[in-house]
Amino acid sequence: MTATVKTYLGRLLPQLIVLAAIVFAISMVFPGFLNLQIQNGRLYGSLIDILNRGAPVVLLAIGMTVVIATKGIDLSVGAVMAICGAVAASLITSGHSLLETLFATLAVGILCGIWNGCLVAVLDIQPIIATLVLMVAGRGIAQLITEGAILTFNDAGLIFVGSGSFGWLPMPVVIWLVFGVLVALLVRQTALGMLIEAIGVNRQASTLSGVLTPVLLVAAYVLSGLCAAIAGIIAAADIKGADANNAGLWLELDAILAVVVGGTSLLGGRFSIAASVLGAIIIQAINTGILLSGFPPEFNLIIKAAIIVFILVLQSPRFRGAFTFLQIPRAAGKPTEREAK
Amino acid sequence: MHGNSDNILSAIRIEKGFPGTKALDKVDFHLRRGEVHALLGENGAGKSTLIKCLTGAYRRDGGSILLDGAEVDPRDTFDAQRLGIGTVYQEVNLLPNLTVAENLFLGRQPRRFGMTDTRTMNRKARELLAEYELDLDVTRDLASYSVAIQQVVAIARAVDLSGKVLILDEPTASLDAHEVAMLFRIVRRLKARGLGIIFITHFLEQVYEISDRITVLRNGQLVGTRETAELDRRDLIAMMIGRELAAEIQSRHTPGNEGRLRYRFRNYGRRGRIDPFNLDVRAGEVVGIAGLLGSGRTETAEVLFGAYRADSGTAEIDGRAVELSSPRAAIRQKFGFCPEDRKTAGIVGDLSVRENIVLALQARRGWTRPISRAEQNRLADHYIRALDIRTADREKPIKLLSGGNQQKAILARWLATEPEFLILDEPTRGIDVGAHAEIVRLIESLREKGMSLIVISSEIEELVAYSTRVVVLRDRAHVAELSGDRITAHEIVEAIAAANQGRAS
Repeated sequence: MTATVKTYLGRLLPQLIVLAAIVFAISMVFPGFLNLQIQNGRLYGSLIDILNRGAPVVLLAIGMTVVIATKGIDLSVGAVMAICGAVAASLITSGHSLLETLFATLAVGILCGIWNGCLVAVLDIQPIIATLVLMVAGRGIAQLITEGAILTFNDAGLIFVGSGSFGWLPMPVVIWLVFGVLVALLVRQTALGMLIEAIGVNRQASTLSGVLTPVLLVAAYVLSGLCAAIAGIIAAADIKGADANNAGLWLELDAILAVVVGGTSLLGGRFSIAASVLGAIIIQAINTGILLSGFPPEFNLIIKAAIIVFILVLQSPRFRGAFTFLQIPRAAGKPTEREAK
Repeated sequence: MHGNSDNILSAIRIEKGFPGTKALDKVDFHLRRGEVHALLGENGAGKSTLIKCLTGAYRRDGGSILLDGAEVDPRDTFDAQRLGIGTVYQEVNLLPNLTVAENLFLGRQPRRFGMTDTRTMNRKARELLAEYELDLDVTRDLASYSVAIQQVVAIARAVDLSGKVLILDEPTASLDAHEVAMLFRIVRRLKARGLGIIFITHFLEQVYEISDRITVLRNGQLVGTRETAELDRRDLIAMMIGRELAAEIQSRHTPGNEGRLRYRFRNYGRRGRIDPFNLDVRAGEVVGIAGLLGSGRTETAEVLFGAYRADSGTAEIDGRAVELSSPRAAIRQKFGFCPEDRKTAGIVGDLSVRENIVLALQARRGWTRPISRAEQNRLADHYIRALDIRTADREKPIKLLSGGNQQKAILARWLATEPEFLILDEPTRGIDVGAHAEIVRLIESLREKGMSLIVISSEIEELVAYSTRVVVLRDRAHVAELSGDRITAHEIVEAIAAANQGRAS
């Protein structure tokens, strides 16, 4: 058991180091950055803020990880967020109960996932094209639901999802923590994780080995749709309204980036949900750090891009080969074995 | 010292080490002018490493290379090419989406006013290929020609660029007999021109047909260099794998078939892939499937396993009708299938040996009932030992294993599901002699345990060795069935040939 814990930490080590370095760098410039305080029975501080603001991307990254592990990609998650935010807002304002609203919204996310999954698994359309359909159409659907306006609501229960707190933590953080742990347990305590990795590496060989490939592919996109639905509810609850034009805009790209920073290959196969969550938090920490730094906003995206390029260079096999002392123990020796072959 | 003027290329005491292993241990290799020199050895013996040291793909740790008596030190493959050493690999390393002429002259296109002079290039390309008895439309994409033609184009380019030494790394692996003959005509012609040719292959028959001398490597060491004419096949195999295993391969027998009838396929087929056929398979029986490439061998396997659903006929197991509509359905009936194309349909490359072995069993149990890690480890270790899968440990990604060991791991994947009907499509293709012998032995022991097997193989001798019955295919139809004393290489070849005459008339 200790051995598995060790390999697990080994897998997450690069992300943990990067995150620590970023947090350290920001805290050098802003000494108050690490401060945490409890007000009204809830934690406040920049660190908590990062976890809270990062919730939508963390959730999207969880679903995106599984989709990418199947050698797919889901470009529609930002649009699905917008659809689900619109659905939630319109249901709650038309007098449905909170529970009905939440369930119906999650169901819509799942439906979006089934649509994507069927295009990919049944019709065999390339994932990037298949999900592009909903990415483009999704915002239109959301606008139809909100009838072009920002649909605001005042339901305390729904707003609680975005800005309430549970224990000492903000509600969005509690949601992604619980959901992330549930998904991670689901894929690793059952055989799902391995079967998904097998499909991602070699779909044909997996099918011939009896893996129920189409069903698992659809399931991956359904999970992604579900994640987008939750993220959509949180985003809408946060601003107490559904903004069909801007909710989740470009977040699919942040989610993909989070997965990549988390070290999961876009070629499919091996994945780690925990690493993707860390990747999403890294991205949010960079965002927050840049905002705090007071640079003109025009620089933000460029600085973010530069930092991410740096992280990706750190992860590249060629760079690791050149600086073997940086390697985590498990990865050591791999490139040389390949050479020997 | 070794500056014998007959030698066009001499490698002296070449050393190359990788962390933890010595890939080449002071290996000497001499290539004469105008000879075909076969370089043999099991996978991992050091053939590829030696070639890569000669072509500069690897930097050697020690030793020297003499080309035409002068010491050379190729820094990379381009450098080697410039010096005169050209290489053609099994998987043609040209650009399929460019024309034949562009491939031949890539990087050195004739120019006129700074633009590529396409007309001159095409003319030169036609002239060049005429030397190889090829009359092609050089303006068509390379991909529109067969692998054999592509292979020849690659050779033409390499010889034109280099002109002293030609290295052929498994050039015949995906060619049929006719294409091999064409390739060999070209090799003989180049040999007559005084080129030194290094030929790497797994097909011993071809070694005897084409080579003048043979050098054998084992575990990174030189076993010896012999004149082909003076080395009989038994001694060659012994040089490659050691005495013990060699004896094993020689002692084969043809078993009889007495088991009870278990599998009945009637009028079974799928339009456009394989004509309806009847097939009975008994317990403890190996049904060999023979035929030329494209005769419907693989299609037969795929329709039996449900990879392509049959659209006619019935399948019965022990007298009860079954639907084999998908691989999953077939697996439920305790079927297993090792596909021909190991890389694209067999291994799951990035996953570990352990995961590859448990994959089919886990898929059958369903995702909700995971096999515990301890049980996975036990299964993997059991089969790694039982089938002698050579791997550093069970967590190594399977793509890093040699072909033979990958094949054994896929066999293990099916054995772990305790199958009763196992379909093996070319189980011994492209694997080294040692693993080959072990897989043949495994097929026999599975048969003795009462399993029913269907084995497809291009190696007729091999089919004769383990089959209780041989079905011959032609033009996507089953055309003949041989059993008992009629299972001989001669009869099988006759059956295939007769079938072909039938097609001609």
